[in-house]
Amino acid sequence: MTTITETLPAAHEPLYRGGVWSWITTVDHKRIGVLYGVTAFLFFLVGGLEALLMRIQLGSPENTFLDPVTYNELFTMHGTTMIFLAIMPLGAAAFNFMVPLQIGARDVAFPRLNAFSYWVFLFGALFLNASFLVKALGSANAVPDAGWFGYANLTSRQYSPGHGIDFWLFGLQILGIASLAAGFNFLVTILNLRAPGMSLMRMPVFTWMTMVVSTLIVLAFPVITVALFLLMFDRFFGTNFYIPAHGGDPILWQHLFWIFGHPEVYILILPAMGIVSEVIPTFSRKPLFGYAVVVYSGILIGVLGYGVWAHHMFSTGMGPIADAVFSVTTMLIAIPTGVKIFNWLATMWGGSIRFTTAMCFAIGFIAMFTMGGISGIMHSSPPADLQQTDTYFVVAHLHYVLFGGSILGLFAGFYYWWPKVTGRLLSERLGKLHFWTTMIAFNLTFFPQHFLGLNGMPRRIYTYSADLNFGFWNLVSTIGALMLGASVLIFMVNAILSLRRGAIAGDNPWDAATLEWSTSSPPPHYNFAVIPRVTSRLPLWDRHHPERMVDRPEDELKVVVAGKTLARTEVPDDDGESGTHHVPHMPNPSKYPVIAALGLTIAPIGVMLKPEHGIPVFLAVTLTGVLIMAYGIYSWALEPLEDH
Amino acid sequence: MPARRRSRSRLLPLAGLAGLAVLSACARNYPQTTLAPKSEFARTIDGVFMHTVWWGLAVFVIVEALLLYIMFRYRERPGSQAKPEHVHGHTRLEIAWTVAPAIILAFIAVPTIRAIFVTQDMTPLGGDLKVRVIGHQWWWQFQYPDLHVVTANELHLPVGARAVFDLETADVIHSFWIPELAGKRDVIPRHVNHIWFTPEVPGTYTGQCAELCGTSHARMGFRVIVDSPEDFRAWVENQRRPAVAYAAPTPTPAPAESEAAPAETAPAESASAAAPAAPAESPAPPPAAPETETPAGASARGDTLTWKGGVVGDPAAGAALFQRSACVACHTISGTAAKGQVGPDLTHVGSRQRIAAELLPNTPENVARWLHDPPALKPGALMPNLNLKPEQIADLVAYLESLK
Repeated sequence: MTTITETLPAAHEPLYRGGVWSWITTVDHKRIGVLYGVTAFLFFLVGGLEALLMRIQLGSPENTFLDPVTYNELFTMHGTTMIFLAIMPLGAAAFNFMVPLQIGARDVAFPRLNAFSYWVFLFGALFLNASFLVKALGSANAVPDAGWFGYANLTSRQYSPGHGIDFWLFGLQILGIASLAAGFNFLVTILNLRAPGMSLMRMPVFTWMTMVVSTLIVLAFPVITVALFLLMFDRFFGTNFYIPAHGGDPILWQHLFWIFGHPEVYILILPAMGIVSEVIPTFSRKPLFGYAVVVYSGILIGVLGYGVWAHHMFSTGMGPIADAVFSVTTMLIAIPTGVKIFNWLATMWGGSIRFTTAMCFAIGFIAMFTMGGISGIMHSSPPADLQQTDTYFVVAHLHYVLFGGSILGLFAGFYYWWPKVTGRLLSERLGKLHFWTTMIAFNLTFFPQHFLGLNGMPRRIYTYSADLNFGFWNLVSTIGALMLGASVLIFMVNAILSLRRGAIAGDNPWDAATLEWSTSSPPPHYNFAVIPRVTSRLPLWDRHHPERMVDRPEDELKVVVAGKTLARTEVPDDDGESGTHHVPHMPNPSKYPVIAALGLTIAPIGVMLKPEHGIPVFLAVTLTGVLIMAYGIYSWALEPLEDH
Repeated sequence: MPARRRSRSRLLPLAGLAGLAVLSACARNYPQTTLAPKSEFARTIDGVFMHTVWWGLAVFVIVEALLLYIMFRYRERPGSQAKPEHVHGHTRLEIAWTVAPAIILAFIAVPTIRAIFVTQDMTPLGGDLKVRVIGHQWWWQFQYPDLHVVTANELHLPVGARAVFDLETADVIHSFWIPELAGKRDVIPRHVNHIWFTPEVPGTYTGQCAELCGTSHARMGFRVIVDSPEDFRAWVENQRRPAVAYAAPTPTPAPAESEAAPAETAPAESASAAAPAAPAESPAPPPAAPETETPAGASARGDTLTWKGGVVGDPAAGAALFQRSACVACHTISGTAAKGQVGPDLTHVGSRQRIAAELLPNTPENVARWLHDPPALKPGALMPNLNLKPEQIADLVAYLESLK
């Protein structure tokens, strides 16, 4: 083995330095990842606040803290916010930051489309929440209040006058465009930009799950797009797709919504499963047990997720055949899910487990997600589901999956990757405190809801009679929810303290095996001075433990940037021998994605103005939006990507 | 072994707590529980559910115990430089933990599918009681087509006879649910849905709409009174009678015209001043208490109306007022000109236990509170605030409460 030393000039500037304009025009996947993360976390707080208000209302029977209109608005916005503005974009933050690093790429395939995705997401989120502003300005029915699932025909103009449903439907439409653009971007990135030697079956599991999630997004979101377009035509242009009085059928909405809605559940959980599949091997000091099986079961969960939608509709009276079929397909999903859990346990078996905060959250994920899976099996049985659907039993189940699963998994990822993103370590003491308060508060909040549901408490009720005896467990649940809110504050304190005076992390504080840990923390703009050559699934462990390597590289490249040794990576197979690496070309910042996103958000406002202000105003505003978007896209197309 | 004893004694209160939680969850003090089935349908469901519970519990214990064991057994020892062996997988293990869940699921799927077909078997039985259920924002209409009975929010069923429901809606999707008697069945526009069950134990059961249906979804309750066959027959007979009738209005000093003060702020003490008039001769046995009184000091929570002097009104005047006011546009009282179809049938409203779809017990002061301002008690309710004067409310309460 020979060592080739190569010297490169210093990076342009530190990753996060630069004014507001540099953030608005950025096309760097890492900065966009940070934008996604910060924005999504803020909406996580908003959604959490909405939940706390509801929990206070439910803390005692016949409480008058909230009126029913506000309560209906809060659960609608809580569900919509947590799904579309918190969990999905938190996953997107991790995809953005980590996937290019994990596959040894310098950016995503379409950097400006990536910026566009973020800005469309942000504007869509603001659009949706602008409904609160419109309500504060005195407009009735301005906030969506028909649930995150917005069942027809409650969403028709007759039963939902005002703009609440409009904010919801256009908000989701806008957010869907952001998700679709990101989905295509990550699919192409993962398929095309992998470093030499990184075959699909050498990819980190998180990248694999990103690919599965991107596929699910690309296939599932068009369905909700269609469903929402039909709703838009019903509400604004006199069609009757869902209006029974004129021959429409509200059940059509339910099918379309859940054909999207169930894959959406896997869009929310698979990123967390990917994170856990990274964290557990790292802190067990063992490679993932059954890598191929874990990958295939992730794909299988995604595929089966398209065949189970009608299990949300057992109470609609589909008949025994449909009930039986959808029941069995639903049960089948438990098999690959169980296989994943057993493989994670087998990874830990025989390991040397380090209980870092990230590992605690990953173990918490396994423990809590298992419970959510078991209650899921209980209502995969249609007769049992007839009692459980639309009760607090389902509320408990879905929070064990989405909080106990998705959020705990995302927290594991947060603690795991924070040093890579910021260059600093989080406090382990505060982290453990955060972990334990979260676990206790979470179970205190949601476990009693199983009892409430089985004892007959329906969902989406703003209050209940004292005669029904729901008071005690609701109070317990409310106390738990307030504790859960406090635990998030601990996390925020930890994050702020780390940014101020956290210990410097170094490139690879956890002795992890995947490529993102081979570059500096935070990484330079161009991620890797030299694109690494990959020879196994665990490139960094191979380097530290060459005796375990199956396929040893012949040469090693030592890269020195501005006098400092940056990364020691294997020689790429292309221009390695010449020793004449250039500073990598990175895409230029661009203002056009944000302009196009702005135009896209303006267009639906015109449609919303149609009922009150007539067609001229509608056309004027909508066409203005379309023109701004066209200008943005046209200029973006003609703008050179890089300087030459 | 003091150490072990200490840990055991530490576990005891924990176990006690868990036991308490489970006990209180299963206790019978939840009047709307799904865990105390009172019909063959609900029992079938409960059987399937408990079956999944035991399997679920077994899986839970195995996985969580394994997790705890691994965490303890393979924790990093301080100062260790352990280099765990790199195991990449094990095909036979993978097959084992793929097949094991599949077998468990088969054990759940078989009784599930059996229960699906048993509970949805549409073969008609002799002696089925047919009930047509129509969901409204936010109350329930119950029609017995074979018995020519129409009622609202209180469903009477005879014990031991299969009740077959045709489920329809007048507006949006609702869901018909009586936890102790049956699972849910949605009520969907343009679809007639069906559900059937045989109540097995006489008693009163509460039900509730289980699909979000608008602002006051939480206030769309109803109750089911499962009677002995004799009691049910008596109830049907009473329901088929036309309403208690009152003679044409004796010209009472119409208070509506005499005072122009807005009703919302008018103090209610004057209600007792309204002169009670005797009810006219009626075909039905005279109502027990045509002049209804409430304990002094009864006050309505959450609104301005109080009935410190009790609600004392004239039912005949109330009957007349009902007939000449907006009430008849929405409500039916059989035997009178009131034939509205928008709101609940009031022919025998006085015989019901609750008013406004389970919202309140059927007492004079609650009916008065309701008439005073329905949307205040049930936001979004279609019944508007008619700005009735306290005297008018008192008369209407007397009339409605007499409709047994």
